[in-house]
Amino acid sequence: MINLSEVIETNRMILEENLDVRTVTMGISLLDCADSSLEKTCLNIEKKITRLAGNLVKVGDDVGREFGVPVVNKRISVTPIALVGATCCRKKSDFVRIAKTLDRTARKLGVNFIGGYSAIVSKGMTSADELLIRSIPEALAKTERLCSSVNVGSTKTGIDMDAVRLMGETIKEAAYLTRERDSIGCAKLVVFCNAPDDNPFMAGAFHGVTEGDAVVHVGVSGPGVVHRVLASSCRGADFETLCETIKRTAFKITRVGQLVAQEAAARLSVPFGIIDLSLAPTPAVGDSVADILKEIGLEHPGAPGTTAALALLNDQIKKGGVMASSYVGGLSGAFIPVSEDQGMIDAVNAGALTIEKLEAMTCVCSVGLDMIAIPGDTPATSIAGIIADEAAIGMVNQKTTAVRVIPVVGKKVGDTVEFGGLLGYAPVMKVSAFSCENMIARTGRIPAPVHSFKN
Amino acid sequence: MNKIIITVVGVDAVGIIASVSSYLAKNKVNILDISQTVVSGYFNMMMVVDGSSSAKTFDKLCADLSRIGSDKGVEIRCQKSEIFEKMHRV
Repeated sequence: MINLSEVIETNRMILEENLDVRTVTMGISLLDCADSSLEKTCLNIEKKITRLAGNLVKVGDDVGREFGVPVVNKRISVTPIALVGATCCRKKSDFVRIAKTLDRTARKLGVNFIGGYSAIVSKGMTSADELLIRSIPEALAKTERLCSSVNVGSTKTGIDMDAVRLMGETIKEAAYLTRERDSIGCAKLVVFCNAPDDNPFMAGAFHGVTEGDAVVHVGVSGPGVVHRVLASSCRGADFETLCETIKRTAFKITRVGQLVAQEAAARLSVPFGIIDLSLAPTPAVGDSVADILKEIGLEHPGAPGTTAALALLNDQIKKGGVMASSYVGGLSGAFIPVSEDQGMIDAVNAGALTIEKLEAMTCVCSVGLDMIAIPGDTPATSIAGIIADEAAIGMVNQKTTAVRVIPVVGKKVGDTVEFGGLLGYAPVMKVSAFSCENMIARTGRIPAPVHSFKN
Repeated sequence: MNKIIITVVGVDAVGIIASVSSYLAKNKVNILDISQTVVSGYFNMMMVVDGSSSAKTFDKLCADLSRIGSDKGVEIRCQKSEIFEKMHRV
């Protein structure tokens, strides 16, 4: 029988330490919605999403209420739209029409984001892929809830540098088209290497072609819980104690996600997919991954030792979480966005954290350069260079990496940008002023790396 | 079995357990276990109950108990027991 101290511990995590289920995301295949008529395709998409996810928000809220744990976001991911629209989209505005259909459907169902306005171009772009990518800025400017992602490389295929170059330009254009709102379009656009097919977290969620017709994924969170446990029982402790404590805590957090996922999947009559066991911070006080790094013993993230501390944290979360769930997937690990984490913002403002150090940190954490505001006059080629660097880290280390930078039109280093809500606010960070233009101007792709001789 | 954990947290006062348990009895909710403690000056009580014979829905029980709590100046929460079992048992 459960005892009182266990009940008090669970409820303290929920009520005081921001333990929540960050997202219940339903992945829906739209492959069977494709038609040679654009109008019919849009109609099919709206009908299929409404049929499968009509109850998503209600079920998420019901499950959350019954277990007493907040289910913060209810979201939908769909098949990469470059595939769905390939037969019927002949110009950019055709893809934008699908974007608007997705946005309208999301609003109707009450989900706050819908992801999958995506193209997977790890090795090369079809004409539909390229058309979709070129339509992204307009699609993001004309919608509210739509999220977009492009996968430009993988360990198996290498990096498509033509797509990287195009994404540098696309990000600049998305920033320009949403310049009235601090270039927020770029906050909903991620460039990946080794993108997972089953990621429930936005903005990079899409429903990969390796998935079934519909599936429910859950993303858990809880950096505040880990921080509190370390602060109360691990000060001055050795690494064994530190790691064991993180692992045990990750186990407990993930079990909540597993419970919610199974329950939600059963009520929606859709198979349970995976748990993404990520520590996803929010701008709320006490919900910060940076605070955990500080508790491990850093003055600020960015100090020497940061990469080691993050590697340790990321690995222990996985070790604890894997045991707690029957299926683990998605991005799984510690997220290190800048604008969504008060401790990271403080570190940038204190001069402790630079883009270069963040890049090193992405070698050992679960995603990449995330929610970083950069000067609006950063050249497209420099953004492409940043993407290429991240993709190379992912490709060589067989891990997912991503770039979500926002070149905020009219802003320079030292300014602050306000995105609002979960997206937070960010100090504009310095990007190296040295050019990589001639490298980015080269066409073709970087070959896949050798999989032996690991050094 | 529809096992629910009811927690009561707040400043101790006369009659809290009495009012919760009489409400539960009236609504055919069986109490399986009760324990209580004081944590940093706050009264913490937990009841494990079985609501499978009750005619009231889970949401209605929660709402009624929450109202009884606010009358007494304490916070009463109802949660299905699985969240605790999953988190604390392998």
